[in-house]
Amino acid sequence: MTSLLKNIIRFILFILVQVYIFNKVPPVNQYVKPYIYFLFILWLPFNIGRAPLMLLAFVFGLTFDYFSGTPGLHTMPCVLIAYLRPFLLNLLIPQETTQLSYLEPSAKSMGWASYSTYVLILTFLHIALLVFIEWMEFGDFLFFIGKVTATTVLSLILIFIAEMLFPRAGKYRTNTAA
Amino acid sequence: MRNIIAFIRQFFNLFLFLVLMGIALAILINYNQTYNVVFSGIANETTGKVGAQYNAIEYYFKLKKTNEQLVAENAELRGLLKSSFGGPDTSSVIQVDTLMKDTLGRVRKFRFLPAKVVNNNISGETNYLTLYRGSKQGAQVDMGVIGPNGIVGKVIQVSDNYCLVMSLLNRNSKVSAMMKNGFYTGLVDWDGKDPRYVIMHNIPKSVKVKIGDTVLTSNLSGSYPPGIMIGTVAGFQGDSGSGFLEMKVKTSTDFYSIQYAYLVNNMIWAEQKELEAKTPKEK
Repeated sequence: MTSLLKNIIRFILFILVQVYIFNKVPPVNQYVKPYIYFLFILWLPFNIGRAPLMLLAFVFGLTFDYFSGTPGLHTMPCVLIAYLRPFLLNLLIPQETTQLSYLEPSAKSMGWASYSTYVLILTFLHIALLVFIEWMEFGDFLFFIGKVTATTVLSLILIFIAEMLFPRAGKYRTNTAA
Repeated sequence: MRNIIAFIRQFFNLFLFLVLMGIALAILINYNQTYNVVFSGIANETTGKVGAQYNAIEYYFKLKKTNEQLVAENAELRGLLKSSFGGPDTSSVIQVDTLMKDTLGRVRKFRFLPAKVVNNNISGETNYLTLYRGSKQGAQVDMGVIGPNGIVGKVIQVSDNYCLVMSLLNRNSKVSAMMKNGFYTGLVDWDGKDPRYVIMHNIPKSVKVKIGDTVLTSNLSGSYPPGIMIGTVAGFQGDSGSGFLEMKVKTSTDFYSIQYAYLVNNMIWAEQKELEAKTPKEK
């Protein structure tokens, strides 16, 4: 399966799973809300350019927004993490070796420690901005902190469960395929 | 030269980032102010279709509960039929009349249009429902929406075959309400916390409220017929800053399982609004 086809399928699956499964979960309490859709952006290949990456995140966020009835709300955090992703990857991994030999970020290609840091930071930023936009008009600071923390923890658990359920073969990229 | 190109390239990404964020913010703000964007009408039509597919499956699992609700409602309506009241004269024939006026000269004020719920959200702070009935089938913006057990929300956007309803469980929704016991009017909104409860404001502390009292829609709200159930009082406390009570109201509509709703068309509201617009503001 080519990388393009795989990512198109992921695009559709992540949106459907988030809209029709996780958005339907009745909120356990007012803090916790499960989010996993942005994993699509974290899993995109290394070799995608920064501008296409941001445009893709914009389209992805907007598509998801139209399903959840609030255009623009999830688009901004998606563009934010797409913008920050290359910086973070450059910091975390020796790019010369990894980016040439592996297709996309995963525990196998980056190592568990680096990959966890990568997921943790982007998840936290994504949810912090999302909750911030959502709560801009209400402004209860303790509530804001509580909601960000609880939602981040829940999303991280979901992401690592997804990581274990669907282990992506960290396939070696050959020179000819590129 | 290479440095300049590198600088421009880096600057270009930042620039693109800011532009995209700006567009997203503009969409967010515009959407919250005006709902008549053509584009969102088209998007609404598309996502509504996917929602209808999903609902076809979900609906199957809720058939039993929906049936029970419809049966209960049928029983209630049957109780209102003329034929269920005994009287000396039984010669009148009940006919379904589509005229605007009935024989007593009263003008029909409200018309009810049934619609299937194809998408429903309760987990967010701003929740919306999608109904399978659009402008081609008579849905209009600002119509009230009621379910079998009580009010549901208000239509904010229509496309050809679907309409988007702002749920009662939405931060921005406000409904004029009254207590059944004493006809005190107040305002019902949602605090975004528990989808089973809404909050009622503006009832004076002097009113004797009991747990379990019924809250109805008031005469002041044009979208809903007066006297439609909103819910029952589940708890109340005095607001320390003012002379008013703040009451927690358990909604009579079960938002977890709603499958059918009725759009309420106030047929003479346009006339009322026109008159109110003419009212002289200052002399």
